[in-house]
Amino acid sequence: MSEEKHASGGDAPSRRALLGWGGAGLALGAAAGVGVGAARSGGGGTAAAADSGAAVPFRGAHQAGIATAVQDRLHFAAFDVTTKDRGELVALLKEWTRAAERMTAGHEVGDGAYGGVPEAPPDDTGEALGLKPSRLTLTLGFGPSLFAKDRFGLADRRPEALVDLPKFPGDNLDKARSGGDLCVQACADDPQVAVHAIRNLARIGMGRTAVRWSQLGFGKTSSTTPDAQTPRNMFGFKDGTRNISGTDAAALEKHVWVGSGDGPDWMTGGSYLVARRIRMHIETWDRTSLKEQEDVFGRDKGEGAPVGRSKERDEPFLKAMLPTAHVRLAHPDTNGGATILRRGYSFTDGTDGLGRLDAGLFFLAYQRDTRKAFVPLQRRLAAHDALNEYIQHVGSAHFAVPPGVRDKDDWWGRALFS
Amino acid sequence: MRAVRLSVVTAAVTAAALTAVTGCSEKSDGKGEGAVEVIAKDDSCEVSRTKLPAGHIELAVQNKGSKVTEVYILFPDDRIVAERENIGPGTKATITAEIKAGSYEIACKPGMKGHGIRQKIEVSGGKAVKRSPEMDKAVAAYRTYVQAQADQTLPKAKVFTDAVAAGDIEAAKKAYADSRIGWERTEPVAESFGDIDPKVDVREDGLEEGQKWTGWHRLEKALWQDKKLGAEEKALAPVLYKDLVDWQKRVGTAEITPTSMANGAKELLDEVATGKVTGEEERYSHTDLVDFKANVEGAEQSYKLLRSIAAKNDSALTETLDKRFGELNKLLEKYRKDRSTYEFTSYDKVGKADRKELSDAVNALAEPLSKLAAAVTK
Repeated sequence: MSEEKHASGGDAPSRRALLGWGGAGLALGAAAGVGVGAARSGGGGTAAAADSGAAVPFRGAHQAGIATAVQDRLHFAAFDVTTKDRGELVALLKEWTRAAERMTAGHEVGDGAYGGVPEAPPDDTGEALGLKPSRLTLTLGFGPSLFAKDRFGLADRRPEALVDLPKFPGDNLDKARSGGDLCVQACADDPQVAVHAIRNLARIGMGRTAVRWSQLGFGKTSSTTPDAQTPRNMFGFKDGTRNISGTDAAALEKHVWVGSGDGPDWMTGGSYLVARRIRMHIETWDRTSLKEQEDVFGRDKGEGAPVGRSKERDEPFLKAMLPTAHVRLAHPDTNGGATILRRGYSFTDGTDGLGRLDAGLFFLAYQRDTRKAFVPLQRRLAAHDALNEYIQHVGSAHFAVPPGVRDKDDWWGRALFS
Repeated sequence: MRAVRLSVVTAAVTAAALTAVTGCSEKSDGKGEGAVEVIAKDDSCEVSRTKLPAGHIELAVQNKGSKVTEVYILFPDDRIVAERENIGPGTKATITAEIKAGSYEIACKPGMKGHGIRQKIEVSGGKAVKRSPEMDKAVAAYRTYVQAQADQTLPKAKVFTDAVAAGDIEAAKKAYADSRIGWERTEPVAESFGDIDPKVDVREDGLEEGQKWTGWHRLEKALWQDKKLGAEEKALAPVLYKDLVDWQKRVGTAEITPTSMANGAKELLDEVATGKVTGEEERYSHTDLVDFKANVEGAEQSYKLLRSIAAKNDSALTETLDKRFGELNKLLEKYRKDRSTYEFTSYDKVGKADRKELSDAVNALAEPLSKLAAAVTK
């Protein structure tokens, strides 16, 4: 039976075959066992890794999935750590790191999805077989609750910047959609690949972690590649035109990456992630006149140009906008230069039982210090933004995202636990 | 049927011829090559021969005791090869079976109860079935457990079904959850009798078109939701009892292997994960936590019997399983006032966050438990 599978793997370049390609992939493949190795070498190894489905390198100074060009799909999960044992938590982070590295390279978890012991469930759940790596990135963060006293002995290692977010006016936060000891952001161009990754990490975590909440996202609402068009949100507007470019090293250093001396050493090279589930009142928005819609944002709907300008990227003249216009209030110039890197996604989770679309923006923002970026920005927006009539923040979480995994002995959060 | 009998005769003749030619000592073992004589008394079980050729075997039983007895031929794992019940004092009975090479036991059960008085027999010739004594022991112990659960369930089920038949709603409600414990502990084995499960444990939404709804949940709905017992419900009570008697009689013949034991343990947790943590199983009585506890106990029993075999192949797994069983049991105790009873918090009083905690603990155990079968068969 396994021979048949191998043969078919040779006909069409499979997810695994494509991946046999990279050096790291080959090394991992060799370790994975004979059966998998055979499949890999039999595959069409010449397929280009530069396809849209290519693999994003897992290792580096920073975690992938922050400055990485934004992929089309998201599966975000927040976890509670259920074990009380620090050693078990560390073991989990090591296992997650290994599994994450394999999955981002397009490989199966462990011994794979088939061909193993017939009496045992396969290590990998299998739904990503045959799919490309799809630029999957997995990004891990630590929530404030992980640093609580009497938990894992991390109380004195909690960064000051990892604040408990204040209550903002208008927030209607659901505890079941907020917080978390750990988070994993999975971004990929194929939703099945992103979901597969979270599912497999959740499975590995069972008994040590439990999923607290999760969110699927589609239609990226911001771009880290400014040469491309700014994508539109569920209100039909371009928002976040001034997002930081993933290739602008200076801006990333200044606004996104935690510098040495910013806080505890273990966070150097990391970033702070704010996740907010923002419900959009789609139906009332759709009944709003075009003029009001454009006034609310401070941009026109067609081109996305700021008020009084003609092109999306024209420098906005903030004073020409209403004092409550979203762009005016969110702009760095209004906020003492505070800039965040946005990676939000639209979501639609069916309807809410009242016949209304349960839809909105799953807002993800990375920054060097949340106290200086998201907090003052959101205070201003929550107090004055005209958009507040049409949106409500219903979920909220904050995470310290450690730096990247450097080498084969490294693992997510090693510096925190060492 | 005829063909089988012919071949058996041939086999017997061949065996007799061989014996005659070689003059081997088998003859001194017993009284010829015909039926094996079994003399059953109240305190003994005498077997005329203990070494037999593979093939057709016939036991000629005489009950010389004062109690009604039953006689079994058993596999080393206690599965029944053949049996005869209700052999009265002073009467005779014949038991026949086809049998392969291997070790077996003949058991007489005076009073038709318990483990019985046993004699080992060895069957040789032909193809032998490969067996592991350690695994046979585990399976035999598990079979005893399953039978005991069925035996203990019947009187409890009787209390319940009698109360329903008598129209005593309060007494029936009180006896309901208790009557299910033995079934819930051994559900995967019980379910292997595909015809019994749909009669006794089906829920309304699980009915097939045209299927009449009978069993525990039908009565559960009458007691808690309709709050009345009509003629139909009263008539269904003895039907449930009769179906459970059927289960008790057949449970010893269930095909049980170390793999099926391990998978059965996992399936019990699956039952919890899909039916109990959601409150679907006992949607009227809200006694889900009683079933929950019984499912976990059944899984743990299975695991304990396989533990030493699994530990040799994967000690990290058994370490994890020990820990997770402990954690889940500890969590369940939060919902039980008194360890000597099976009175648990009504599940409609268990909040959303607590249900999630229970669900997480079930997943934490079920995930590694799914690797037990592989560890046992490695």
